[in-house]
Amino acid sequence: MQYLLLIYEDEKRFAKGYDPKEMAAYGAFGTEFKDALKVGHALQLTNSATTVRVREGKRLTTDGPFAETKEQLGGFYLLEAKDIDEAIHIAGKIPAARFGSIEVRPIMTFS
Amino acid sequence: MIGEIPGGPLPIPVPGTADLDVGALLRAEWGRLLSALIRTLGDFDVAEEALQDAFAAAVVSWAAGAPRNPRAWLFGTARHKALDRLRRRARFEVKLDVLPDEPGEVEEEPEVPDERLRLIFTCCHPALAEEAQVALTLRSLCGLSTEAIARAFLVPVATMAQRLVRAKAKIRGAGIPYRVPSLDELPERLAVVLAVIYLVFNEGYSAAPGDRLVRGELCAEAIELGRVLKALLAIPVPELDAVLALMLLHDARRPARTSGDELVLLADQDRSRWNRAQIEEGRALVLGAVRLGNLGTYALEAAIAAAHAEAVRAEDTDWRQIAALYGRLESLHPSPVVALNRAVAVSMAEGPAAALPLVDALARSLADYYLLHATRADLLRRLGRREDAIAAYERARSMTQNEAERRFLTRRVHELQGQGLS
Repeated sequence: MQYLLLIYEDEKRFAKGYDPKEMAAYGAFGTEFKDALKVGHALQLTNSATTVRVREGKRLTTDGPFAETKEQLGGFYLLEAKDIDEAIHIAGKIPAARFGSIEVRPIMTFS
Repeated sequence: MIGEIPGGPLPIPVPGTADLDVGALLRAEWGRLLSALIRTLGDFDVAEEALQDAFAAAVVSWAAGAPRNPRAWLFGTARHKALDRLRRRARFEVKLDVLPDEPGEVEEEPEVPDERLRLIFTCCHPALAEEAQVALTLRSLCGLSTEAIARAFLVPVATMAQRLVRAKAKIRGAGIPYRVPSLDELPERLAVVLAVIYLVFNEGYSAAPGDRLVRGELCAEAIELGRVLKALLAIPVPELDAVLALMLLHDARRPARTSGDELVLLADQDRSRWNRAQIEEGRALVLGAVRLGNLGTYALEAAIAAAHAEAVRAEDTDWRQIAALYGRLESLHPSPVVALNRAVAVSMAEGPAAALPLVDALARSLADYYLLHATRADLLRRLGRREDAIAAYERARSMTQNEAERRFLTRRVHELQGQGLS
């Protein structure tokens, strides 16, 4: 099965840039699970976000994320795993799990 | 009983007689049969429907006489019905080749595998919400009907049915596996299972006397689940022993806990009605857990229950030991409710004057908790502060909806008012 691991954490932690030790931890994580991780990216901070909606045929573009929350979406991995237990195991190894939270979402398959 | 897997031995009906109670058999065998069917069929819903069909077929087929091995008959029949169903479904899909050939006669399986350990861990998977874990466990392992579970948890049947459907959809959709966790996952996963079992027990135990008929059986189901888990886990798990001990010790007092519709306090219970065999079993389990170095919450609570059970008369209770155990519990798990319990034990060991300040210190955090006011009332009564005691009893009474508790508090107020008149 495929799962999307969504990384939520307080982005204020990165106001002064990224901690090299944490970057190294992400590197090690990526190497350890390179077979399972299909895609993975960090996102720029939410002040770079733009939200788009179309209502009654009219496009509305606004600054900022869709919702203001205490923890923000900061990155993601697309994962190939045997089952949710394997996905949970890998999610728990993401360095951000110690500060924020990882949402594990199975990918929808349309048959 | 040691080493014997509950639900293992079956009443062997005499072939050619119709004296087997299918309803009782369903309750005894449901979990084990379902666990094996899910393993074989790989699908919760198909397995459940097929097992239901098999029991329905049994009622008709066994009218003239039950088979030699009812469990094997039910398993064979359910599997047959499920494969039939899957085959009909497969005509529209391309999975036909994975299905075995059309079975002829229903063959009796000599040995139906016991897969309940997988089933327990799947039903109590942490990716499911707690209320879903509880409902799924009672439905799948204990064979309780959706209606019975809804009644026990005081929710409409439709709500409970929806909860079960959603839980099974999540198992399928999110890829929750049907397996026993590995050793390194076991502590986290077992904690969830134990929490579910204890929750089921408490739901039954704390039921008001009037609800006893509906909810009392939850205690028995929880104890049975604990026994099954203990028998099936190949390794000693002190925390499980502690939970089992805790349930057995509490449950042993159940016959003496109510009189008619009235709640009887621990101190006033007829201790000859306590279930001695169960107390001995619980004591042995808690001793074993403590010896293995487990002094977690469950073990401490079980040790407290054991200390109560050991006292032949209420006045023989070792309150100092109980107060010390509550103290350890509080340092492990700081909670105002535990602190209140410790205060009660202190009042028994050292007198009401020593306990009152401890209770008053909790007045803010437990302001809406009826037991705080009931405890305070009791201390004031014992200190001879009649008016204060009456006010506290009345405050407590205004905070509980439980009829038996309300009657008890009213009785206390009347006693005190009676004293005032004499």
